[in-house]
Amino acid sequence: MSDALTLKKAILANRKRTNNFALALCMVAMMIGMFFLLWILSILFIKGFSSVNWAMFTASTPAAGTAGGGLQNAIVGSLLMVGSCTLISTPIGVLAGIYLSEYGNKSRIAPITRFVTDIMLSAPSIVIGLFVYALVVAQAQHFSGWAGSMALTLIAIPVVVRTTENMLQLVPGSLREAGYALGAPKWKVSLMIVLRAAKSGVMTGVLLALARVSGETAPLLFTALNNQFYSMNMNAPIANLPVVIFQFAMSPYDNWVGLAWAGALLITLGVLSLNILARVFFRDKNKG
Amino acid sequence: MIASSSSQKSSIRNDKTSKVQRIQDGAFLVVSQLSALVVLIVLLGIIISLIINALPALKEFGVGFFFSADWDVNKQKFGGLISIYGTLVSSFIALIIATPLSFGIALFLTEICPIRLRRPLGIAVELLAAVPSIIYGMFGLFVFAPFFAEHIEPALSSTLGKLPYIGVLFSGAPNGIGMLCAGLILALMILPFIAAVMRDVFDIVPPVLKESAYGLGCTTWEVARHIILPYTKAGVVGGIMLGLGRALGETMAVTFVIGNAQRILPSLFAPGSSIASTLANQFGEAEPGLHFSSLFALGLALFVITVTILSLAKLMLKQMEKKQGTKS
Repeated sequence: MSDALTLKKAILANRKRTNNFALALCMVAMMIGMFFLLWILSILFIKGFSSVNWAMFTASTPAAGTAGGGLQNAIVGSLLMVGSCTLISTPIGVLAGIYLSEYGNKSRIAPITRFVTDIMLSAPSIVIGLFVYALVVAQAQHFSGWAGSMALTLIAIPVVVRTTENMLQLVPGSLREAGYALGAPKWKVSLMIVLRAAKSGVMTGVLLALARVSGETAPLLFTALNNQFYSMNMNAPIANLPVVIFQFAMSPYDNWVGLAWAGALLITLGVLSLNILARVFFRDKNKG
Repeated sequence: MIASSSSQKSSIRNDKTSKVQRIQDGAFLVVSQLSALVVLIVLLGIIISLIINALPALKEFGVGFFFSADWDVNKQKFGGLISIYGTLVSSFIALIIATPLSFGIALFLTEICPIRLRRPLGIAVELLAAVPSIIYGMFGLFVFAPFFAEHIEPALSSTLGKLPYIGVLFSGAPNGIGMLCAGLILALMILPFIAAVMRDVFDIVPPVLKESAYGLGCTTWEVARHIILPYTKAGVVGGIMLGLGRALGETMAVTFVIGNAQRILPSLFAPGSSIASTLANQFGEAEPGLHFSSLFALGLALFVITVTILSLAKLMLKQMEKKQGTKS
């Protein structure tokens, strides 16, 4: 009798030990993740802030071997490309999302589109760069800001489509029916009732796409290339932060590496604040 | 008479407005449909343009292109094996490391973490996913690789490197930069993606199942092992494959730390190159002709591999979604 009891106790202790061990490992995994996040961010802040100065925003990227310089041309180029990308990808992505959500039930291409969108979300961005190179750069015979912007657009569209569709499906069907009961045609119901009800969610998607696109480097290497000088001509090679960071970080010059860190800090702060903004925005609107 | 004419008029007007509305409706359908088609057209366009541009190289070298380890720009001899090997090995290393870690993180976030901390910690993991890949690359090159060379690689070669057979994987000069370092940085990058998917599928498990198990006296680990994991198997595998798809196509982080050497060495400490890093390094300087076309062939190989993996991942996750549908 007591033998059985001790056996039971032993088994229980064993199970508890396994449990504690496994749970401890889970906690360690979480700590490893957080440790690296903090490590990366702290390195970025330490190295980035030591190179940030006012000249960064007023001077163009320095030539090889010259001191000083800034990132003005790269910042402007990035803003131009990301801005135009947002202007193009938002309407296309939102309309496609509306199609999937509002017409998707009866359509045969909707499930395929949905599937392809999900795949394009994680498709290698460098291949999209190759595609735009073959389509635009090789035909036009020169690199251009528009080509870069197009590559970014192709990356942003799936993000916008996916979030728009998800957000529109959260809108209750009774809202649509109320619109139809008033005699509103489908396009009015979709644009002025459903889309408006899901506005903050759709904005979240646009912000997330913006965040995703701002840090993209690979597709810009063969489309926008780089430009050492200040230029706002989107029809010519244009400087942009990610490619400048890539080239400067790999360079042997100390001031270039410093500028690369400053640019990296700038991009990361931008991307992370966009991410946080998107979340806060969506959460507040949903609460109220 | 007057009344009937006015009603006629209004019915004509009604006809007109309904006609206009029908046209507007049709136009709206067409425009939104075209926008949805953009995604499909882009996918087809990518495949077609890659094949067209890769054709010269594939004609010259045949299927052997994908199995040949020659990559010599001067002799105009090209084969994709080095880059394909590098892509597969670095992604495989990343997967081995990231899978258990993300499983732990997902389990922590769904089962162990105090509810108040759940949201901030979840967001922190998502922020890890939002950090641009070039930042991981810089971190890897300037911070992690030197640390890795100084502390971890010597330790590995003096322990694992002494073992028979697998010892050769951990031998050689500890440079920091190389296949293993690329795999580790990749692991760090795909970790949040896999963890996010796993967390989402773990949340699908009906509480009643878990509660019954707890009611029988199961420990948290036993619930995870015997209830959550079997229930979410398809989703978990789908999440892992999603991470693999990401790892295969990742460019910037790998380019910084893989070393970009066009050769295959048995040691994981040795530099190599992946498809994406070869493209990033050489495409800008490639002359039109075989070199150019071979790079497109590499891109085609990368695209086909990732799309296949991602499709499989998607199918598995879809299976999971169906389960969620039947539950409610």
